[in-house]
Amino acid sequence: MLNMKTKYLHVHRLRRVYVWELPVRYYHWLNAGAIIVLIVTGFFIGDPLALQSKEEAANRFVMGWVRAIHFFAAYIFFFNFLFRLYWGFVGNKYANWKQFIPTSKKFFKEMWTVFKIDILMMRGKEHISIGHNAMAGFIYFLTFWAFLIQCLTGFGLYASMGTWWLPKLFAWVPAMFGGDIMTRQVHHWAMWFFILFAVIHVYLVFYHDYVEGRGEISSMGGGWKFIEEEVFENEEHHTPNVVEKKS
Amino acid sequence: MSNEIATRKPPTYYEEVQNKGYSRRDFLQFASMMAAFIGLESNAIGQVAKAMETKPRVPVIWLHFQECTCCSESFIRSSHPIVADILLDKISLDYTETLMAASGFQAEEAMHNTMKKYKGEYILCVEGSVPTKADGVYCMIGGKTSLQILEEAAENAKAVIAWGSCASNGCVQAAKPNPTSATPIHKLVKGKPVIKVPGCPPIGEVMAGVIVHLITFDRIPELDSLGRPKAFYSKRVHDTCYRRPFYDAGLYVESFDDENAKKGYCLYKVGCKGPSTYNACGVMKWNNGTSFPIQSGHGCIGCSEENYWDNGRLYDRASSFAGFGIEANADTFGKVALGVTAAAMAGHAVMTNVRKKKLIRTLEDEGKQSEQELKS
Repeated sequence: MLNMKTKYLHVHRLRRVYVWELPVRYYHWLNAGAIIVLIVTGFFIGDPLALQSKEEAANRFVMGWVRAIHFFAAYIFFFNFLFRLYWGFVGNKYANWKQFIPTSKKFFKEMWTVFKIDILMMRGKEHISIGHNAMAGFIYFLTFWAFLIQCLTGFGLYASMGTWWLPKLFAWVPAMFGGDIMTRQVHHWAMWFFILFAVIHVYLVFYHDYVEGRGEISSMGGGWKFIEEEVFENEEHHTPNVVEKKS
Repeated sequence: MSNEIATRKPPTYYEEVQNKGYSRRDFLQFASMMAAFIGLESNAIGQVAKAMETKPRVPVIWLHFQECTCCSESFIRSSHPIVADILLDKISLDYTETLMAASGFQAEEAMHNTMKKYKGEYILCVEGSVPTKADGVYCMIGGKTSLQILEEAAENAKAVIAWGSCASNGCVQAAKPNPTSATPIHKLVKGKPVIKVPGCPPIGEVMAGVIVHLITFDRIPELDSLGRPKAFYSKRVHDTCYRRPFYDAGLYVESFDDENAKKGYCLYKVGCKGPSTYNACGVMKWNNGTSFPIQSGHGCIGCSEENYWDNGRLYDRASSFAGFGIEANADTFGKVALGVTAAAMAGHAVMTNVRKKKLIRTLEDEGKQSEQELKS
């Protein structure tokens, strides 16, 4: 190792940081899975395929199953979402709710930096973050609003069919939109946010892994990211909001 | 004749039924039918019959504003003749432009007499929406705007029934751009219970059922969060549709002239709004239980739902974007957005390799260096 340092190239020593705790990783993949299932079944419900069959209608239950899967996934999505909100208060500093809501000048300043360096790719000092960068945190904040819209409109549509008290709590949603027709449309439109988000999200994960080499992609597997020793020592990294350490 | 009776002692519904020559059997048949419609248990038939026998007629003022009279037409065609003969035609209506014999001053006088004499007792039925633009000049009767007439009549009414989609949601005249500012009744009447009976028109039996409920129990029926009687509007047309098994099986009419249409498959993909529409069409049907739109091969257009004119298209499930000049539906819009995003990302990826070349090169060199230095 010592030899390396004497070479013409400065090879960084990396420090392992446990960023995403196990519950956060579970949340992430459960959420990803549920969203994929919800989008696929949702598209089918919105515009079912013209399936041909010689079978009697009574022996078939294609749409019935697709809808059932949609509803199962919706419940998983909903409770998973609630769990993540809870974890925003008890999880580690990178999972804290303060990383998502722009409350400080620092947060906005960092968002602007990320925009300049990573999106417009202007020249400047590279931006190093360990958890979410400010821009990502804010976009996730928007996704939480999208989650809320989908839960409200989805369970609102389900309210008149469900027998459990929980979905019935959402009966006011279609009433607010003036009926199921509009509620369904909002539910359908909002889905496109998820598709666009997912595509951009996956791209940016690859981007960060590629230009930073700090384990961005694998972090949602093992929970670790890596930080250069010098950055760690000199505290050169950025955080959208400082979370006070719990006593 | 009827005025004389009214001045002495108002006759009960049963007395009027007898006067009209109906038998006791007809009367009980009517009572059972109504009890069934409003979702009562069989032992409540007696309650309905008794109410009809003992209670004096409930005076009704039936106003017509921006509407097409299809609600009245539906009502007088409700399946039991007693509905038309007794509830509507001969007894209850003290004022209704369509069916009353009087006109001009006499008609206005009849309305005012009822409002004075039965203060706080009469039921106000409103068919049609009220235009509020240009001081309400778009709908005036007897020199007054419909808003003035409504406010005057509603002041001392016991309850207000908004008949049909016009009075409940504004219907077609409230569709964009709503040139007359057609406004539904519940937004104008304050401090009175408003029962919404939407539909274009509502089912005649549903209308009769609402009135019978008011007479029998002397209070308004249980309403849902949108103010509609739960007995008739708590289920979606989809949930009571006889074609529902085809929906669940995934068998759909693809176009109106295909083989699937002949087989009577589900009309979901040709724009049926049954899954989003709350009404009793699938159960009560129309014209003495003969049929309803889906049974005759046409999807439900959602006529009892708010803004069904503007919320998407009648023959398509696609969700169109209101306010877009072009016929853009949400999915077309989404696909374009996805394409633009993909193009932007491809551009970004190329630019990354140009602008961040140094950074990426350093990482690669570091990695290669370590690879070389590792012995095995």
